[in-house]
Amino acid sequence: MEPLLQVEHLTVTYETRQGPVRAVDDVSFTVYRGEVLGLVGESGCGKSTLGMALLRMVRPPGRITSGRLIFQGRDLLQLPENEMRKLRGRHISMVFQDPMTSLNPLQRIGDHIVETIRTHEPHVSKKEAWERAARLIQRLGISPDRLRDYPHQLSGGMRQRIMIGIGLALNADLIIADEPTTSLDVIVEAQFLDLLRELRDEFNLTLILITHNIGVVAELADRVAVMYAGRMAEIGPVHDVFHRTLHPYTKGLLASVPSIRLEDGLELETLSGAPPSLLEPPPGCRFHPRCPQAKPICSQRVPPWKEIHPGHGTACWLYAEEGA
Amino acid sequence: MRSLGRYLLIRTLLTIPMIFVLVTLVFIILRVMPGDPVKSSIRPGAPQEYINEIRHTLGLDKPLYVQYGDYLWDLLHLDLGTTLSPVRGQSVAKQIWEHFPATLELALAGMLVTAIVGVGLGAYAAHHRRSLADYSLRLYAIVIYAIPVFWLGLMFQLVFGVWLKIFPVAGRISSLAVAPKHITGLYTVDSLLTGNWAAFKDSMMHLALPALTLGLYLSGVFVRLTRSNMLQVLKMDFVTAARARGIPERTVVYRHALKNALIPIITMMGLQFALLLAGAVLTESTFSWPGLGRFLVERITYRDFPSIQGAVVVFALLVASVSLLVDILYALIDPRIRY
Repeated sequence: MEPLLQVEHLTVTYETRQGPVRAVDDVSFTVYRGEVLGLVGESGCGKSTLGMALLRMVRPPGRITSGRLIFQGRDLLQLPENEMRKLRGRHISMVFQDPMTSLNPLQRIGDHIVETIRTHEPHVSKKEAWERAARLIQRLGISPDRLRDYPHQLSGGMRQRIMIGIGLALNADLIIADEPTTSLDVIVEAQFLDLLRELRDEFNLTLILITHNIGVVAELADRVAVMYAGRMAEIGPVHDVFHRTLHPYTKGLLASVPSIRLEDGLELETLSGAPPSLLEPPPGCRFHPRCPQAKPICSQRVPPWKEIHPGHGTACWLYAEEGA
Repeated sequence: MRSLGRYLLIRTLLTIPMIFVLVTLVFIILRVMPGDPVKSSIRPGAPQEYINEIRHTLGLDKPLYVQYGDYLWDLLHLDLGTTLSPVRGQSVAKQIWEHFPATLELALAGMLVTAIVGVGLGAYAAHHRRSLADYSLRLYAIVIYAIPVFWLGLMFQLVFGVWLKIFPVAGRISSLAVAPKHITGLYTVDSLLTGNWAAFKDSMMHLALPALTLGLYLSGVFVRLTRSNMLQVLKMDFVTAARARGIPERTVVYRHALKNALIPIITMMGLQFALLLAGAVLTESTFSWPGLGRFLVERITYRDFPSIQGAVVVFALLVASVSLLVDILYALIDPRIRY
């Protein structure tokens, strides 16, 4: 498999009045062309910040303080801003959580797509771009007449399809979807996920799917990355992570998913405690205060990354030698 | 569109009670005020019988409620009456009509200056938040708002008129120049329409200082308003989304964000229009601008009741139509608003 994006030791720091907060702390992973990578974790674990960091769009007072983002052979963090801007939307596209607010209320749907196409391909005429947009949204199951509509005239599901469509319009190499289905109801969510699956096969999409919903990951992702308190806890193929779970946090996360098959009398497991404050994170492994399997070393040293099965690794002292 | 027509009709009808209340208030205030239109127009020491005779011919000796009733009856027939003083018997409507274009020209030019300077600088301040430019612009906004408009006018006259001698300090056009043919009554527009370049340049030079005075005076509010609106809009998701699509920052800020920030600004423009007219009255006096404002001030000193009432009615109608226009503008800018 060909790596499309290699994230190496990425750290994002927010300068706050109480001191620096590392929302993303020394995170490394690779995205391969044509795969769907699920990025899961609780609210506030840094997954959305990570998503924005990949576009180099972390909002001040946050900024990327170290690491490398190797995309198609170039380190994105070394690019001048104007080069980076040309990459946004053209090569890396983003779908946001709330489709109700991520479209300009005063701009026609079609103009969103046309503007994006013509920003990156200035030689394309307005008419041509409009026709491309029409063909595209037809493929997404929306009548081309809707291009003349304004965002408020479309349903949430339609708007989210438009957001994906803007990414497809330029054949973006990588689409980052940040909680794309969170604000949709269950039926529309299912339809949207079906569409994503179809598009993935048809356009050979590479997708980073940021979500707190394990179910969405199970349905769509090839591999899954689990984040906890700004750090990467476990990465591996979906099947491995779900069935040969390594990190105690992932185990807790999986156990806390309600299932229709849950028998009466069986309690849904919950993780005790709350995610730590990133202002003063616990020393060592950040999960140790909540970890049922914590050992003395867990509170002293940061666990090293270790690949246990091919392509399936974790940062946990249960699998690493303490002497190392 | 049918519903828009209905809305406009209702809004128009609503201006009738508004004007009624206003006219009544002005009528009462003028009668309570000391001074008399007859005495102010004749030589002091004239015999009392003579005064009484004039009062009788003008109907000023009738009981107040009869005068009030007569006035309303005339107004209902769109008759603004005739002047009492300093010259008797001239048509008020005609005089207002003669002075109106000058005020309209000044108001439009002032509004233009306010819109360009206020909205432009406000957007710039928001774009460069916490920069030196931002802090300076915020200071400018407060200072300009606190300065009395006539003082600002006097300073402009002193600096640009007296010291630098760039702009004339009074009137609409040089006394030696020929006024352009009357089409709209706006000298700048008329001279442009008739291709009279000399008159165009001359009237523009005369318009510059009063328009700047009035426009800059009001721009402070708009700098602050635009800045704070822009800051809010710039935080919105669709702005982030536009950046994430690779849209250049300039386009994001000045097209996507500014257009969205414009809606409350336009409301404010409508509301500030009344203030603009008030400012116009003072500016016209400062610059001897022969408009409705100066006409009003002059007639107040003569206690010319019909002229004052007439001018107030026209000002009220103007404010009402501007706020109506603002409502229509909303619907044009924001597709979510339908009436």
